[in-house]
Amino acid sequence: MKFSEKWLREWVNPAVDTEALGEQLTFLGLEVDEIVSAAPDFKGVVVARIDSIEQHPDADRLRVCQVDFGDSELVQVVCGAPNARQGLVTALAQVGGQLPSGMKLKKAKLRGAVSMGMLCSSSELELSDQGEGIMELPENAPVGTDLAVYLELDDSIIDIDLTPDRGDCLSIRGIARDLCAKNDLPLQLREINEVTVQVDAEYAVVVEPDNACVRYAGRMVSGVSVGGSSPNWMVERLRRAGVRSINPAVDVTNYVMLELGQPMHAFDADKLQGPIQVRLARAGERVLLLDGRDVALDDETTIIADDSGPIGIAGIMGGESTAVDENTTNIFFESALFLPEIIAGKPRRYSAHSESAHRFERGVDPAGQREALEYATGLLKNIAGGKAGPVADWQNSERMPIRPTVEVRNSRLQRVLGISPSSSVVETIYQRLGINCTATDAGWTVDAPSYRYDLAIEEDYLEEIARVLGYDSLPRTFPAHRPIFRAVPETRVSPLAVKLRLVAQGYQEVVTYSFVEAQQQQSLRPDLQALPLANPISSELGVMRTTLIGGLVSTLQKNLARQTSALAVFETGLRFLANPDNAPLSELDEFIAAAHGDDLQSDTGVHQQNMLAGLVAGRRHAENWNSDTTPADFYSVKADIESLFHQANGLPVTFEPTELDLLHPGQRAGISVGGHVVGFVGALNPTLQRSLDLDITAIVFELSLEALSSSRVPKATGMSKFPQVRRDIALLVDDSVPYQAIVDIVRENAPTILRDVKVFDVYQGDKLPEGKKSMALGLILQEFSRTLEDKEVEKIVTKIVAALEAAHGAVLRV
Amino acid sequence: MTQPISLDLDNLITEASGMIADAGSIDALENARVELLGKKGRLTGVLKSIGSLPVEEKPAAGQAVNKAKQAVQALVDERRLVLDHAELAEKLKSDALDITLPGAGGQAGGLHPITLTIERISALFAQLGFETSIGPEIEDDYHNFEALNIPAHHPARAMHDTFYFDINRLLRTHTSSVQIRYMETVQPPLRVIAPGRVYRCDSDMTHSPMFHQVEGLLVDRDIALTDLMGHLEAFLKLFFDQDDCEIRFRPSYFPFTEPSAEVDIRINKGPWLEVLGSGIVHPSVFQSVGIDTEQFTGYAFGMGVERLAMLRYGVNDLRLFFENDMRFLSQFH
Repeated sequence: MKFSEKWLREWVNPAVDTEALGEQLTFLGLEVDEIVSAAPDFKGVVVARIDSIEQHPDADRLRVCQVDFGDSELVQVVCGAPNARQGLVTALAQVGGQLPSGMKLKKAKLRGAVSMGMLCSSSELELSDQGEGIMELPENAPVGTDLAVYLELDDSIIDIDLTPDRGDCLSIRGIARDLCAKNDLPLQLREINEVTVQVDAEYAVVVEPDNACVRYAGRMVSGVSVGGSSPNWMVERLRRAGVRSINPAVDVTNYVMLELGQPMHAFDADKLQGPIQVRLARAGERVLLLDGRDVALDDETTIIADDSGPIGIAGIMGGESTAVDENTTNIFFESALFLPEIIAGKPRRYSAHSESAHRFERGVDPAGQREALEYATGLLKNIAGGKAGPVADWQNSERMPIRPTVEVRNSRLQRVLGISPSSSVVETIYQRLGINCTATDAGWTVDAPSYRYDLAIEEDYLEEIARVLGYDSLPRTFPAHRPIFRAVPETRVSPLAVKLRLVAQGYQEVVTYSFVEAQQQQSLRPDLQALPLANPISSELGVMRTTLIGGLVSTLQKNLARQTSALAVFETGLRFLANPDNAPLSELDEFIAAAHGDDLQSDTGVHQQNMLAGLVAGRRHAENWNSDTTPADFYSVKADIESLFHQANGLPVTFEPTELDLLHPGQRAGISVGGHVVGFVGALNPTLQRSLDLDITAIVFELSLEALSSSRVPKATGMSKFPQVRRDIALLVDDSVPYQAIVDIVRENAPTILRDVKVFDVYQGDKLPEGKKSMALGLILQEFSRTLEDKEVEKIVTKIVAALEAAHGAVLRV
Repeated sequence: MTQPISLDLDNLITEASGMIADAGSIDALENARVELLGKKGRLTGVLKSIGSLPVEEKPAAGQAVNKAKQAVQALVDERRLVLDHAELAEKLKSDALDITLPGAGGQAGGLHPITLTIERISALFAQLGFETSIGPEIEDDYHNFEALNIPAHHPARAMHDTFYFDINRLLRTHTSSVQIRYMETVQPPLRVIAPGRVYRCDSDMTHSPMFHQVEGLLVDRDIALTDLMGHLEAFLKLFFDQDDCEIRFRPSYFPFTEPSAEVDIRINKGPWLEVLGSGIVHPSVFQSVGIDTEQFTGYAFGMGVERLAMLRYGVNDLRLFFENDMRFLSQFH
């Protein structure tokens, strides 16, 4: 809410400067967003009167004015405004002056006629955003006075950011009340008198039950003249509150709303057909709103209607058909109360966010309708004449919002706030806030004033004490600490430990959005169903990710575009699998779903699983004078993953064939732990790579973070004191025989004394028969209790070779 | 009659000494040694000639020759040591490296600044016994709003530009939902922080549709507003680790705390910046998880991780955190 500081100071005037006033508001919880000068940046502009005016001899659109600006002599000014006329009091920017646009005024010649300055419109002076023609000031405005002084522009505009609970501060009066409490000052009440009823014109109003309306006050003001403009002081105050002047009738309703907090509406009574009805809309009804939109109404919306149908949405926005215009002579003022719980949500539904709706959503004082009506009537009569009719004031007392009486315990106050103010301090604060308070044995019984919708429970009243005292005046303490010794399970590997392992291996962590483009997602994991957002920011961020690979691929693309040639990145975070009942999951996804249990499922039917994903492309090591220039490949990334499982020290990890289309058909593996697939690794499928426009091979992996998080407590065993023996064998086998199959046979045939198997060479090429490869193994053998003899070793090696031949047709190369 | 052996030996030692000193390399020294002490060497020759001496002279002559051999051997050893040193010095000279060349191999990796910030926050609160908990990011209306005292159509919902999937499912707008999930399973007294991603349907210079928060919750017998202020002030001062760091609290409104406080920080007399929201847990929140409001009070807070990271590391554009430009991220190694 924006408002004029001077206006506020009419209600309460603490002896502090503008900045300190702003501080007070902020520390009351009415956060000041900014304070700016009310005066636009113009200089040398004075009130002036057009003494005489004649047509420019050489220009159809220009006229030459002799202007009185309080000096003994008149000054000649050329003006093109259509409303320039003899006797008009307006604004003159003198030679040497300056406009807010930065334009400096000099003596000029316009088509041969000398012009000593410029007559200004309010938009040229940035006093409004509209402005056909030059300013029209009242005839009695003192000629020669500085315009800034005349318009009392030595004022500040204070803009505060109100929290939604403080609807009562959406008015000058409301803000003043809080300042009164802070400064222990009384409120300077505006004297609002009942207007004498001069005509018996009444307008019939029918309020139906069970809608948002619980009070409806209204009255006719007949014979007004609203074709002119509102007085400058009112236009200026409205401007400083960010409200545009429309016509005196509408301006008055806005002015009253800003000052007292009661939204009002003015109808052109001659455009009404039959009695005003306040009722719920009926199916199929529509209304043309003041903002020009024709909206369809639903049957939960309270409307104002007449015999022609809806003429406005109650408390939210009036309708075009009964709007006041310059020819209006009879006005019907509405000053009503609509319940916040029924209005809430409606402005959003109709995209009709008005000042009125804003206030009714947050709660308007149930006691303020009559007062506002009288105030508005008096103001309108002063500006536009007219005669007031009697007030009709309908109310449903049973549905009136009431504030409960609350017990505030002194013990609770001390416990929740941590301070012990004296009773008199507490009582003074409550009194200044308009809270009715009676001392009891335990503390106080309190009743909130009608406008404080936010005061409902004991804690609300406790906050008032802290708020008015000022949080910064409270001590800052440490609660008594009962330390807790928490278990540190050694069988858990923290996500941070996993991350740091990757960082040590040269990976950079990234953070990408959890929502991605549907198309890209579909191309990566067509087998998984992604959950679409109902209201995405854009289609690029339209669905929840089912894999983290997408974000990493985008990261690669973006960095390649910035001349990066190698990348090793990882990300951890949730992936989201929708509707697993309809879409059967692969073993991988089933496992991960099971491993995570229900802990992250919430009650939403979506699997939310913590994943670790990585992407490596380009050279393995940073460019250097002597380091390895080979690009990262399947095996280098596999080593990184194996390292993570070393850290987990859990069950043995194996790499097995997988069918994931996302990966290169010849370079992909499922990663299994304890017989369960927990992730995958492989080169990005070249077809996919091409469609993503990537000219670099990327190795990707994605794993359940949970699978990397369980560890075993190490169990130390003894070490043999006897020497180990190494025998190297080179085997010729079919290309199709995997290393794992060979090593399995080796282990089977030397279960107790085989310590380790090293594969130290794999060769395919010209020197070998077509379809064959050579694999060289180093067998490390050792007995625990004695030295192995050569004969034994020979026997075992022979046995292993024979078994390999039998199982895989492997032949010993000599 | 031959010359006395002793004289022969003296000449020989003098000559040997010259040869040994002249040997300029280990090889030359070895040649000299063989010539003097080898099987066919000159001293060996002298020793052999003792056989022809009269028996009574043999012991003395033998002794003299052995003494001479020892003397020559000592000269050889001495020279060898000198030559070894010289050779090693030569070799070391040729082994010298350009120590200013960069180290080989390896590649720098690093954590994302958001992770660094969350870990820093966690480490500080861990000292006070706060454990870390996480929760789902796709939430139901109950945990994100209802249980936090934000019923349907509450004006506070307008402050949360919520991403929805359907009427009941949404992306959590704050980590406060974890408060509810945690209290549904853990009985007080309790201390927990919950870091994680949150989502708001808003995107511009200063808003990202996804960002991070750290939620904190402490529930115990007697937790007051002043305790909240004490803890948060201490935390912020330790987090920013700056001598001139002022913290101020001002009243605010969150449906799930009462009283509520916004916390601003000012470093080195710069502008005041809002860094977190906090308050005493609202009784209706305790009621929704079945905690007795007469037995327990508690405080809760939520802080924007990006905001803290920007202030701590001097990052001026929020969007940098999610662009994953390596030129930016590598600055945090």
